[in-house]
Amino acid sequence: MSLKRKDLLGIQDLSVEEINLILETAESFKEVSGRDIKKVPTLRGKTVVNLFFEPSTRTRTSFELAAKRLSADVINFAVSASSISKGETLLDTARNIEAMQADFIVLRHPMAGAPNGLARMLRASVVNAGDGGHEHPTQALLDLYTLREKKREIKGLRLAIVGDIAHSRVARSNIYALTKLGAEVRVVGPPTMMPREIERLGVKVFYDLDEGLRGVDVIMMLRLQLERQGIALFPSIREYSRLYCLTPERVRLAAPDALVMHPGPINRGVEIAPEVADSVSSVILDQVTNGVAVRMAVLYLLSGGK
Amino acid sequence: MSVLIRNGRVIDPGRVNGPADVLIDNGKIAAVGPGLKAPAGAAVIDAAGKWVLPGFVDLHVHLREPGFEYKETIATGAAAAVAGGFTSVCCMPNTQPVNDNQSITEFILDKARAAGLANIFPIGAITKGSEGKELAEFGDLKQAGCVALSDDGKPVVNSMVMRRALEYARAFDLPVVDHCECTHLSEGGCMNEGLVATEMGLHGIPAASEDVMVSRNLALAELTGGRLHLAHLSTAGSVRMVREAKSRGVRVTAEACPHHFLLTEEAVREFNTNAKMNPPLRSRKDVEAVKAGLKDGTIDVIATDHAPHAVFEKQREFDYAPFGVVGLETAWGLALVLVEEGVLTVEQVVAALTSRPARAFGLAKGTLAVGADADLTIVDPEAQWVVDPEQFKSKGRNTPFAGWKLKGRVVSTLVGGRVVYP
Amino acid sequence: MEVKKAERTVMDAQEINRALTRVAHEISERSRGVETVALVGIRSGGVHLANRLAQRLKEIEGTAVPVGTLDITLYRDDLNARKEQPVLRKTEIPFDITDLKIILVDDVLFTGRTIRAAMDGLIDLGRPAEVQLAVLVDRGHRQLPIKATYVGKNLPTALEETVEVFLEETGGPDRVVILP
Repeated sequence: MSLKRKDLLGIQDLSVEEINLILETAESFKEVSGRDIKKVPTLRGKTVVNLFFEPSTRTRTSFELAAKRLSADVINFAVSASSISKGETLLDTARNIEAMQADFIVLRHPMAGAPNGLARMLRASVVNAGDGGHEHPTQALLDLYTLREKKREIKGLRLAIVGDIAHSRVARSNIYALTKLGAEVRVVGPPTMMPREIERLGVKVFYDLDEGLRGVDVIMMLRLQLERQGIALFPSIREYSRLYCLTPERVRLAAPDALVMHPGPINRGVEIAPEVADSVSSVILDQVTNGVAVRMAVLYLLSGGK
Repeated sequence: MSVLIRNGRVIDPGRVNGPADVLIDNGKIAAVGPGLKAPAGAAVIDAAGKWVLPGFVDLHVHLREPGFEYKETIATGAAAAVAGGFTSVCCMPNTQPVNDNQSITEFILDKARAAGLANIFPIGAITKGSEGKELAEFGDLKQAGCVALSDDGKPVVNSMVMRRALEYARAFDLPVVDHCECTHLSEGGCMNEGLVATEMGLHGIPAASEDVMVSRNLALAELTGGRLHLAHLSTAGSVRMVREAKSRGVRVTAEACPHHFLLTEEAVREFNTNAKMNPPLRSRKDVEAVKAGLKDGTIDVIATDHAPHAVFEKQREFDYAPFGVVGLETAWGLALVLVEEGVLTVEQVVAALTSRPARAFGLAKGTLAVGADADLTIVDPEAQWVVDPEQFKSKGRNTPFAGWKLKGRVVSTLVGGRVVYP
Repeated sequence: MEVKKAERTVMDAQEINRALTRVAHEISERSRGVETVALVGIRSGGVHLANRLAQRLKEIEGTAVPVGTLDITLYRDDLNARKEQPVLRKTEIPFDITDLKIILVDDVLFTGRTIRAAMDGLIDLGRPAEVQLAVLVDRGHRQLPIKATYVGKNLPTALEETVEVFLEETGGPDRVVILP
């Protein structure tokens, strides 16, 4: 069994088998990252291009490491650095990159659907590193991997995703991944940040954080993204924080061994109280390690001869 | 010059629906009836197995000239019109510059005459530059040849401006056409707000955006007694409100486009920019309501909102792609789907494309009465064909119906007694 | 037990076990004791054979010899030619291979490419003092200059024939067959 696909655009159209395949493959790559010589020759001679239209040191570095550990060559395009700022369209930029014989384009873009359009037009494999509010598949995969490591079974796990669900690609990808694997997912946030008909994706909606956290095994906090909002969705950060900040008291409402996760970087004091942040930090570091392994698995599985 | 169209089934809504011949003399309808004789020197068109209809009238088309000739010109738009069986089209003023004065109106009419294909009836802007602030010179526009007023592309946001427009237009007996959208509610949106937008992470335009403005416009029509025409209705709420207003005698006419009665928001999946238009494709519930509106006459007219764009413009990220789809060359085949689904009879579909739009804008078109202009469309009701955008006469290829298998096709179009298509 | 048409058994259970016993003795003799010896079975044919050899070495020498498992998928030279990537399994070598005498174990030695990949994989894990190779069957047709140190059975074959090894541990019964 393998990933019979050219691209990884989202979790929504991955099957459970494909998700499991990626996670199992990631296990082997985690072992490689534990060696002294953290390199295997598998993608030797392949070129991976990181095309990032949004700033992101974390995700970009993670993909870069993943590609390099597979012995691929890596090029980083940051938006301002090339002709993109001269008004060249996304498609033209990507075609120019492909003409340099790129095998993979890892794309992070502020518009939903940008990787889908590229994948249709290019021969290279397109990996979605986050497109607007749509999906961030490798983040969800590494979250799943981390959860499996810590909690063993995803099926039946109770999770709460907290924050600006409407604008969060991390929330969407995780909702798809977790519901496919049989977890019980709750979404918690103010009504203005709750997307229409979200309950039809198989999740339970809560506006009250205390109620939403009761008894859950995992709390996944989202970053408050001020850059994505137009007319204010809530009156002030102060009010948001009072109602939705994860404090030690609120953590106690969850199951005793509840895990707290965050895609990073954390806004201390806004989404998470400083005291809680440090317990979160340790999981974040796991997520970072697992992120490289998962991305290596994705690059490997997409690289079948075409 | 005489033309005899023989052996076809003539459908002239309200007048004829059956086998008959049509005799044309000097660009006018001379006679309609069975067994007509061809005068000496007449051209004869054999319409056996075909239907002979009044030429279609489209109240809502974007011809893009002046200013956006790379998307479409009046010539290419007129060619697309007659290829789709439309002998009269009303073109919206959102050109560059905006058609808010006599010169642009005359420019458009000149280009239309030069093309020599469909009749083009310009629609003038409601406000100067369509900026929504000061009324344009309606008298000037009417005299130059405009048949209606609209700021389409945009709504008239300021209710006072809309009120004044409806009032002032009464002096010229011109209908005022509004594109019903509350720009505050729709800001940043690129598709219908609902489950599909939630799944795709795209910002949605709620149905309420249209409902809010339809409600306002109906209240203003009632207040002013002006002639209101509502462009491209797409929501259940709009249809319900128009139905209610009409029942109380408010002077309003409404149009719906094929994409709003045949497609839902599902067509946008995979980020298909050729299914991106404004108002957007809505939910199944809204589509059913639009169909019901067509069935009971709440919606008077089928229009296309033909909106061509260059291919490269649509090949962009979904948010950046411009709104709009073409429609002149597919409208007839698509409208027939309503017959197949039992929503309308053939005669009702023909009326929605001919007599009713003509009546809504007071045009002496859309009929085969004796003495009327000889604008006719001959269709083959059995012809099966596949929509292929590469074959369009329009410069635009942006249709959500590419690959659709349709039954019923325009085979010939006459304007003023002259064959202009094929 | 069903035997497919034209399938030829060239080693039965008893012959396999005798060969493994002999190889174990050879290893013990040549290494003059097994203190610095470790076995690494190549996935997936060599894994159980490595365990069986370790078992016999324990009986002979009284010492437990470390056993690891090496997955060579990432080092294969034919990844580009394949339509799908082969399934990746874990490499599990829970000891430091530096300065040890590593004996790679595989079931069938054929072109030698698997062994080349295995050696590349090993070198990335450390610096063994010596690398040797033990195979159950050597069927000839080498495409690289690779030679086994210990051979269970030399088996002349035609290029288009296939050699398959069945073991108890994976369904068995123990036998080596040639398919045309």
